[in-house]
Amino acid sequence: VKLAASLAMLVALVWAAAAAGPAVGAQGRPSAAQLESELVCPVCETTLDQSDSPIAERMKAFIRARIAAGDSAKQIEDKLVAQFGPGVLATPSKSGFGLLAWRVLDPELERRVDEELARFEG
Amino acid sequence: MAARLKLTGQVLAVALVAGLLALLIWKVAHGSGKTAEPKNFNLSRVGTPGKLELASLRGKVVVLNFWASWCIPCKDEAPYLEQVWLDRRAEGVVVLGVDAKDFRSDARGFAGRYDLTYPLAYDGPGATLPSYGVTGFPETYVLDRQGRVVEAFVGSIDSSQEHVRLREAIDRALRS
Repeated sequence: VKLAASLAMLVALVWAAAAAGPAVGAQGRPSAAQLESELVCPVCETTLDQSDSPIAERMKAFIRARIAAGDSAKQIEDKLVAQFGPGVLATPSKSGFGLLAWRVLDPELERRVDEELARFEG
Repeated sequence: MAARLKLTGQVLAVALVAGLLALLIWKVAHGSGKTAEPKNFNLSRVGTPGKLELASLRGKVVVLNFWASWCIPCKDEAPYLEQVWLDRRAEGVVVLGVDAKDFRSDARGFAGRYDLTYPLAYDGPGATLPSYGVTGFPETYVLDRQGRVVEAFVGSIDSSQEHVRLREAIDRALRS
């Protein structure tokens, strides 16, 4: 029973890690849908996939254009942060005040995210 | 021993909660910067190199217009604001547009499309908005020569009634 429970937990962890993984599609290209769920509309302050405001639509078009141009998810996020500030990221940044959220909330989650990011960036 | 550990744990938990509360208060006090008084800002310009600081316009009457290229009412009022700028700049009136929550390239496109010649500044993250209490676009504030707000317009200045109100506010600000 213990073994089955451990296996179930492992499967759940792997599934959760995959779900929270980087915004990369099957072809290795960034996924527009994933990015739209991770970036925030600066006017309505919901994620882009939840918004059809004019600026959200404009940002979605920008994301698609940058994907077509060959940008990585990180490059696209960086470009949007450069225009709209770090508030467009749905998750806190990993520096400054945002870093505190990771430290305070869940060191284990931080470790997993670090691993995911290293795998993504590497 | 167990009681001591429990007490230590409780003290640590209380300290953690107090620390988080203090951080929250600090963030609210310093993060949003929302105040009743308009703040100075120093923003990069749209379509022109360099920066534009609001304080550098002290001594002039400023028609401060917050807008975005995706905002439809902003398109309606832009030609009128350009006309105000052309008609009244010789009196010491400056129309200053602050493009916020927008792509810089879209702001440049908007300025070109409507032939805007008044100064435009870019505030992508919208950091200047809270200090003016801006909740939507467009909003326009008339500042007197000392930088005090003498009139506020929520929404587009696109009716003859609003045009008169703006003209009167500028006149009042010039007299101050």
